Amino acid sequence: MSKMNLTRRGVLKTGAIAGAGVAAPTIFTAQSAAAFTNEPTGSSVTLGFNVPQTGPYADEGADELRAYELAVEHLNGGGDGGLMNTFSSKALQGNGILGKKVEYVTGDTQTKSDAARASARSMIEKDGAVMITGGSSSGVAVAVQALCQEAGVIFMAGLTHSNDTTGKDKKANGFRHFFNSYMSGAALAPILANNYGTDRKAYHLTADYNWGYTTEEAVRTSTEAMGWETVAAVKTPLTQTDFSSYIAPVLQSGADVLVLNHYGGNMVNSLTNAVQFGLRDKLVNDKNFEIVVPLYSRLMAKGAGANVKGIFGSTNWHWSLQDEGSKAFVKSFGTKYGFPPSQAAHTCYVQALLYADAVERAGSFNPCAVGEALKDFEFDGMGNGPTLYRGEDHQCFKDVLVVKGKENPTSEFDLLEIVEVTPVSQVTYDASIFGGELGSCNPGA
Amino acid sequence: MFGLDKKDTRLLLLVAVLVALAPFILNPFPEGSGMAQFNAGYPDLMQRFVIFGIFAIGFNILFGLTGYLSFGHAAFLGVGSYAAIWMMKLLTMNVIPAVIVSVIVAGIFSLAVGWISLRRSGIYFSILTLAFAQMSYSLAYSVLTPITGGETGLQPKVNDARILDGALTDGATPKANLFGLEMGSSIEWSVGNWLFTFNAGYYVAAIVMLLAFYLSIRIFRSPFGMMLRAVKSNQQRLNYTGLNAKPYTLAAFVISGMYAGLAGGLMVAMDTQVGAERMFWTASGEVVLMSILGGVGTLIGPVLGAGAIKYMENILSKINSDILHTWFAFLPDGLEDFVVTLIYPFIGKGWHLTLGLIFMLVVIFLPGGLVEGGQRVARLFGRKKKSTDTPDGKTTPAE
Repeated sequence: MSKMNLTRRGVLKTGAIAGAGVAAPTIFTAQSAAAFTNEPTGSSVTLGFNVPQTGPYADEGADELRAYELAVEHLNGGGDGGLMNTFSSKALQGNGILGKKVEYVTGDTQTKSDAARASARSMIEKDGAVMITGGSSSGVAVAVQALCQEAGVIFMAGLTHSNDTTGKDKKANGFRHFFNSYMSGAALAPILANNYGTDRKAYHLTADYNWGYTTEEAVRTSTEAMGWETVAAVKTPLTQTDFSSYIAPVLQSGADVLVLNHYGGNMVNSLTNAVQFGLRDKLVNDKNFEIVVPLYSRLMAKGAGANVKGIFGSTNWHWSLQDEGSKAFVKSFGTKYGFPPSQAAHTCYVQALLYADAVERAGSFNPCAVGEALKDFEFDGMGNGPTLYRGEDHQCFKDVLVVKGKENPTSEFDLLEIVEVTPVSQVTYDASIFGGELGSCNPGA
Repeated sequence: MFGLDKKDTRLLLLVAVLVALAPFILNPFPEGSGMAQFNAGYPDLMQRFVIFGIFAIGFNILFGLTGYLSFGHAAFLGVGSYAAIWMMKLLTMNVIPAVIVSVIVAGIFSLAVGWISLRRSGIYFSILTLAFAQMSYSLAYSVLTPITGGETGLQPKVNDARILDGALTDGATPKANLFGLEMGSSIEWSVGNWLFTFNAGYYVAAIVMLLAFYLSIRIFRSPFGMMLRAVKSNQQRLNYTGLNAKPYTLAAFVISGMYAGLAGGLMVAMDTQVGAERMFWTASGEVVLMSILGGVGTLIGPVLGAGAIKYMENILSKINSDILHTWFAFLPDGLEDFVVTLIYPFIGKGWHLTLGLIFMLVVIFLPGGLVEGGQRVARLFGRKKKSTDTPDGKTTPAE
């Protein structure tokens, strides 16, 4: 069928093109002799802020972006300096990082790992970002972390709570300040035992994806260690918006505690449904029926409204904390934007500062040098008390807050009250329990 | 040449030249200038252009020729991706087995889906394919977590089996390659203020895309393609002539599923990671948009549409208010803020809005897509000659 018409002209043309193709690599200068990917050579350094601007976590993403903008302002010497004044390390001068002015690029992760990686790659390949940070879900965090490992830049995780980020999927170039499912479980269990007794029967509703699984497992193991019994654990689709059909069987099961391993919109809907069904007014096994939400955020509490009153959960940080660091952060964030920051904003701001500080201390932007500076780094004054960046898995260890929905909120931001600050010793675990391989740092180029 | 007539050969050569010179064409603005924001000539986006080009070309074989609107093509893309990543985990980081297996697996999967879905046509067919795609997405996201990695997806790990590859040296990470040529490796060439990047992965994907494009031209011009057009124009009439349309539509469905699988495999080859969102229904909708935006049923249209959408997704979404302020810094303060406020909703997180507006404009004023736009411009400036496609120089409806 196919006809091939060989003409003299055609053959010559093909030959010329092929020749040019073979010669090409010798004309071009090979990749410049930089020591690592995107080494900043000018008077400025570019950071990549990769946050969800659209999709289910857009609220968190918007708050994260505000925090990053504030961090850049402070790093460049603007504003009131924020946490730089209370931070235990004094390496940051307010003159950028290593004297280079901090510039930034932003991208939209859309809470999809593909989109997040595309946006991160464009920051690395096109804009020359030397560090990527942000994200509001574990899937995205794991995907972008792996990308940064390959490309040879540092990844400072934003809001990601799954054990996997610094567990089975940990990477040498990735660092997480936020706490994780295991810590939530370990911090919550004793409080639950104190308040609700040790002979409770728990019923779990779990969002049917990775984060849900690790959270359910963490809460289950730690409550069962306290003497609780798990009656059932039911998985709910992530896209579910009406949970009434899942709530109805709870009462028949003989359980007297409902654990909602849900986040964001899922939690808002399931909690609202549970409260509407009157679960909290019921008496089961002669005990008051209770609801627990392992991971709380202020934005979720806002969504669920009055339903959160008296419900226990854990959080990474809350703006009502009274230490010097938290007060300084709330003050400078509030001055700039007019409302208090969320925990997502806090962790992102702190991550940006920690990165800048590590670069200053290392004296280089080289990811390996920065990793070395962050490894086993102990610091204080960032709002979470004394904190350790553990070298084995690049996870921060710090106190965990157990919070409760406030009975009489005074404003739309004053929705949670701190019940207890669980000391770090109680939530520390062995780095090897989740498996995974940290590997060695990759400076790229 | 290659069994194509003169017009098609010219089109193929034009596409080949455009693709080969893309690093120059897409980087028209010098580094560091205000307009550098609009440069698209970096490896990731160039790879995405050609990969989604393949995806859209394949989709167009089904939608453009038979008129069957599949709303589940992302499932084949995802299945191909998962197949490719497993090849990389188990067999080798060489991209050849990964891409081949992704095409085969996507072909088998599309055969199964097509077998069932093609029992219905029109809106029912669309809904069936949509249902299959959403089913695949939900399975991959939760139930099949052991195989798909669920929410966190799959990536090659240092300690994967990879029976064909030797052990990695200490500290090395597995990288996709073609017989040792790493997909991520690039040669950079700086001329004055311009920086052009020639990426190995991009050229590999580009060659595959040219082959896919060539194959699609051959299909369009073949008797088989004519049968598919007959299905589109009037399936009932076709049935009454004693022909069974099902084998033709099924073959078209499987071919376009294999194109999607190929695109999925290449995505993994360029960026070694898979997530379930790749199969979400919005991803299936995106390829429909690409085809319509570019021009359904035309050869080059879907590729243009894919490029336009990916460009907006990656370039517009990265412009933030800060950048706007630097652009309009020359204006007096009040006016600057006003202009920025005016433009702000359309950039950054508002890129969907811009895309929607453009889509509306195209559908209303250029029903034939960007290709029709191109033709109108050409007609405006070109010689006034009567089109030879139809006897009277006008487009006549099929029936």
